[in-house]
Amino acid sequence: MGKSYGEWLVRWRYLVLVAVIASVAIAASGARFLTFKTDYRVFFSTDNPQLQAFEQLQNTYTKTDNVLFVLAPKDGNVFTQETLASIIALTEASWQIPYSIRVDSITNYQHTEAEGDDLTVDDLVPDAGQLDAGGLERIRNIATNEPLLVNRIISPDGRVTGVNVTVQLPDPEEQTGKEVPKVTAFARNMVDELRAANPDLDVYLTGMVIMNNSFPEVSIRDQQTLVPIMFAVVVITLVLLLRSFTATIGTFLVIVCSVLTAMGIAGWLGMALTPPSASSPTIILTLAVADCVHILVSFLHAMRRGLDKTGAMVESLRINLQPIFLTSLTTAIGFLSMNFSDAPPFRDLGNIVAMGVMAAFFISITLLPALMLILPVRVKPGATNHSRRMDNFADFVVERRNFLFFAVGFIVVALVIFIPRNELNDEFIEYFDKTVDFRNATDFSSENLTGIYTIDYSLSAGESGGISEPEFLDRVEAFANWYETQPEVLHVNTLTDIMKRLNKNMHADEPEWYRLPDQRNLSAQYLLLYEMSLPYGLDLNNQIDVGKSATRMTVTVKNISSNEMLALEGKAQEWLHENAPGMRADGASPSVMFAHIGHRNIRSMLTGTSVALVLISLILVVALRSIKIGLISLVPNLAPAAMGFGLWGLLVGEVGLGLSVVTGMTLGIVVDDTVHFLSKYLRARREQQLAPPDAVRYAFSTVGTALWVTSLVLIAGFMVLTQSPFKLNSDMGLVTAITIAFALIADFLFLPPLLMKVDK
Amino acid sequence: MKQHYVLILVLFGMFLLPAQAETPDEKGLQIATEADQRDQGFGDSTATMHMVLRNKRGDESSREVRVRTLEIEDDGDKSMSIFDAPADIKGTAFLTFSHINKPDDQWLYLPALKRVKRIASKNKSGPFMGSEFAYEDISSDEVDKYTYKYLRDETWEGMECYVVERDPVDKHSGYTRQVVWYDKAEYRPQKVDYYDRKNEHLKTLTFHEYRQYLDKFWRGMRYEMVNHQTGKSTTLSWKEYVFRSGLTDRDFDKNTLKRAR
Repeated sequence: MGKSYGEWLVRWRYLVLVAVIASVAIAASGARFLTFKTDYRVFFSTDNPQLQAFEQLQNTYTKTDNVLFVLAPKDGNVFTQETLASIIALTEASWQIPYSIRVDSITNYQHTEAEGDDLTVDDLVPDAGQLDAGGLERIRNIATNEPLLVNRIISPDGRVTGVNVTVQLPDPEEQTGKEVPKVTAFARNMVDELRAANPDLDVYLTGMVIMNNSFPEVSIRDQQTLVPIMFAVVVITLVLLLRSFTATIGTFLVIVCSVLTAMGIAGWLGMALTPPSASSPTIILTLAVADCVHILVSFLHAMRRGLDKTGAMVESLRINLQPIFLTSLTTAIGFLSMNFSDAPPFRDLGNIVAMGVMAAFFISITLLPALMLILPVRVKPGATNHSRRMDNFADFVVERRNFLFFAVGFIVVALVIFIPRNELNDEFIEYFDKTVDFRNATDFSSENLTGIYTIDYSLSAGESGGISEPEFLDRVEAFANWYETQPEVLHVNTLTDIMKRLNKNMHADEPEWYRLPDQRNLSAQYLLLYEMSLPYGLDLNNQIDVGKSATRMTVTVKNISSNEMLALEGKAQEWLHENAPGMRADGASPSVMFAHIGHRNIRSMLTGTSVALVLISLILVVALRSIKIGLISLVPNLAPAAMGFGLWGLLVGEVGLGLSVVTGMTLGIVVDDTVHFLSKYLRARREQQLAPPDAVRYAFSTVGTALWVTSLVLIAGFMVLTQSPFKLNSDMGLVTAITIAFALIADFLFLPPLLMKVDK
Repeated sequence: MKQHYVLILVLFGMFLLPAQAETPDEKGLQIATEADQRDQGFGDSTATMHMVLRNKRGDESSREVRVRTLEIEDDGDKSMSIFDAPADIKGTAFLTFSHINKPDDQWLYLPALKRVKRIASKNKSGPFMGSEFAYEDISSDEVDKYTYKYLRDETWEGMECYVVERDPVDKHSGYTRQVVWYDKAEYRPQKVDYYDRKNEHLKTLTFHEYRQYLDKFWRGMRYEMVNHQTGKSTTLSWKEYVFRSGLTDRDFDKNTLKRAR
């Protein structure tokens, strides 16, 4: 089959060249439909229960997407005329931020004060210009003692403050992708102006909107830096290995066309880019090299042996067509296993790369040979150093097979026992490394003002108006108090703090009345009064549902790992179960969603990886026409990922969303080495009737070079990914690179001894 | 030559004169004044207001308030709202003397506390009882609360309308501007678009089922307010309108708040 195909190709080479380029152009033109997703929610499938809980909460109250300006005066004191004036101006200006619906700051905080039977409701700082030292001190006292503000809008020591802008973006389906960048650009411009106007003020910008905007920013940065590096790596490797200008150009064209085709089809299919799926060009680039290397190494090898160009290409296609097809198929299956992931960006990544891999297969058996036949190719005849070295290496493996079998076997086991040391963690702030502004601003905020991780509860009183029931308010307060005592907690935003303050105001500001009202009617009437005195945007709709039957409590926590987050929420559930079973509610928030996503993904990816493993093993059994060899192949196919995660457990010990897909993905890649090695081994056993040791030698001498070169390119490629500022990509790249290195070790040092032991 | 200059001047004048006769601002003010004039002289009114609040999920909640209004010449009206439902705020009464150029005087009687509280607040822009109506949306419409600009004529729901923009004078308003559709036949507001502080479309109010009282005063029996940004909405239904039942200043006195039923 391979031979007749080769002859067909030789005859129709010009037509093939034109047809392939035309097809690629049509496919690639779809790339214009590609857009970037600017919403952390894309990491969650629509049926994700935590996402649904959070959406429900947001639809009951108001959304919590926000922009947070963090202000740190250099003199360490927020309560000066100048700084307060800046905050007033910033608060005013923040209402102009697109999609803003609410602005909270210490200056527009609605302070309530009683004087006899008069209740005054006003901005805490209506005008900074008239404040004397006493006035400033009074404001400091109020602000730093107000539970609604401390650790949320003002630091307890009054050194750092924030202006929090709640942004209501259109529903995800209605978004055009321009909303988040628009909000971010507006806010950044405000920051620039603020810095220029007030050089004594350090300003940081964080919040969920800024995080959302950081996704495309890191993706674009990846495209601009990683892809060129990857191209450079590939070209250098090819020049060194192939020592042929034409071959290098050909390979370069194949990988460019593969990437363009895959990204173009992704565009036609309406996929949107996220940081994980935006790394597909780098991965496709890496994987596409392998096909070309196999074809070109054989082709150049045949020419060096003295065959003419046409004959050499026919021969190369004959021996490579089947293994390349097989390895492309298994690689594609490995990536397609990502469809089991709960996180759609990884499904997209898997699908785009799978398309890229198949495109690379077709292009490298059409465009590449056609080009080689058309362009001039010159080689120096004679054996290369590579193959001589490979022969020596083969001798070493055959001679020391017993030692290698046990030594490598021991290393495998030694690494695998460290797998359980891996702990799940998805702290979404740490998805961004410290070269990203958002990360630094958020770290500063967490250390000095307030955290970005929250847990929200919709506590239901069970009946319309029920939030005013004294019993219910008591339970809410007890729950809030319990949370306040947890060491991880920075702030608890609860309605009960407002109720207590109002009760005090209604009793001429007598401190002993700072407690919850003891009658339902009283609470309800206080709320009515208070709501009528609040200005636009500062209402209670973000804390009370329309039926006044439920209230939202927001707990802000420090930067804790997702395991700690889940543990804290677990303890809260226990508390609710024991103390307030009636108002039980699941914690819902982006942090809770991300805390669960690692678990959910690993569970779903286990299924995906198993399906991929079964499929790939079946393909190997059929293709190699041997159940025994198919089963043997399981060892070098599975061991590398296990070793990789063992080493990771030993060195890092933290896995998350990005790593949950690695096993399935690497399975498809590492199988390639096994396929190439085993197919050559079996060819030697069957066609040339060689004994296992000689068959091993044959396999090394025919594919050894190609294997280590392709592995090297793959390792280099995934190491390039580790330079991504986006942790999901960089971790995935690193573990994949490690796994591929282990796969090479397994295929070179463990598979041959295993074959010689078992295949007799 | 001189004659030519005269001719040119006359031609110029012909173009300029109509514009000078009525600028869009003047026309807007004229329409708003006409609408106000047509509603003057009602004396006093009482009615029951039923509110249904809806959130984005479709959850509903209702409130019931009786509203008494006393027309005051040359200032904002006086009004008394008595809350009937939900039960836990029943008997709460809210008295407002609205003013054009200074903050309203507001008193609230809390039956659970058995006290009248005066509320000193510049805020009229917050939600009324948690609804999508701000207090400023339902308090009395006085001409001087806004500046006006006539925009265009437009047919809306089959009615010929004047479309007039009005900008709140009060800097504590939640809006930069409102666009009002007055029907040409009766100068009744049919629709109001509210624009928030960043001049983006926030809410739309539509008036339905207009009924005429005393052969003069038109009242919409149903108001629909939709918040386009949050997806929440509120329906106000009016019942039992009675005009000129003889209410006086004494019925709008903070000392009678407690006895308001």
